Amino acid sequence: MYGRKVKLRFLFISLILLILSLSVFLILKSLEENVVYFQSPTEVKELAELNKNKIRIGGMVKNNSISIEEKKVKFIVTDFKNEINVIYSGVIPNLFAEGKGVVAEGYLNDRNFFSATKILAKHDENYMPPEVKAALEEK
Amino acid sequence: MFKYFEPSKIFSITSRAPKYVLTLFIIVLTIGLVEALILSPEDYKQSHSVRIMYVHVPAAWISIGIFSTITILSLIGYIFKIRNFFLISKSLAPSGFLFTIIALVTGSIWGKPTWGTWWAWDARITSMLILALFYTIYLIAWRIYDNDDKVLKVTTIITILGIINVPIIKYSVDWWNTLHQPASINILSKSSIHVSMLYPLLIMTAAFALFSLLIFLMKYNTELIKIKNKGLDRL
Repeated sequence: MYGRKVKLRFLFISLILLILSLSVFLILKSLEENVVYFQSPTEVKELAELNKNKIRIGGMVKNNSISIEEKKVKFIVTDFKNEINVIYSGVIPNLFAEGKGVVAEGYLNDRNFFSATKILAKHDENYMPPEVKAALEEK
Repeated sequence: MFKYFEPSKIFSITSRAPKYVLTLFIIVLTIGLVEALILSPEDYKQSHSVRIMYVHVPAAWISIGIFSTITILSLIGYIFKIRNFFLISKSLAPSGFLFTIIALVTGSIWGKPTWGTWWAWDARITSMLILALFYTIYLIAWRIYDNDDKVLKVTTIITILGIINVPIIKYSVDWWNTLHQPASINILSKSSIHVSMLYPLLIMTAAFALFSLLIFLMKYNTELIKIKNKGLDRL
């Protein structure tokens, strides 16, 4: 019903889309390490070797782990499997709190200690009014 | 069937539509803004900066929606040689580009008080920036080639390259660790956004969609007038 040229153009477009998706998939797959914005404590523990470059780690701030000594802030980043101790001095975002997400940029001293040069609060996907949050907590 | 598309017949409808769309847009936008800025509650964690979301999220949705529409129209237009589809695509692009920029800028304004940074090179934000670049090059292509036959091929190629980016934008927050939070609204599972915040979001989305429609109609009418002036009776 459709002309031969129409069919050819359709095949051509499909082929281009297929090949492009495949190449982009392969590129992203091979660059995965650089595409992720931060690594979790577990991923840090599993690193084959520690490099001296600046990296970002992220996870939850462990409950009751924030301590402030002079101008240093210490806290523990956890992904509920592994933990990393972070030490930091500088500006802290408003939403930085225990039990909330955090991304810290800086250098690994070893697999357990991290010196951060910058801290970002990570927001989760939950949006609700304060009353609802209070009601949820009562439950 | 598309051969019977007559510009003058289309024009008789599309030239009268803008004033109705404009009225509707103003009504919906007013309701949306009152809902978003006054009636909706503040967030338990981010307090009033949640209101930025009522512009940011609809803008992002519309910009991605328009790019997908442009791609589908261009591909069908290319395969079946329907010139009209390219004119629709061309007329849709400016509002899509505008909303991409709005999404990036509002995201940046929200990021500063929430994350503590204006910009982060995470997968979601970077892929959205790439979308803005594809819109730019798409619009430039129409400028430099004007209405030569070549432009239809060039813009189709641009949309093919750009559409690969769209699923990356959507799923970047699920595939990789990103600073940007994952989607709050899910069609299949329960949304993690409270109903009182969902309604203003949906109303604002409708308002932005109407705005895109308005800009589209105005652009499209210009295209039809151009064709009329050239003395062509068919597209």
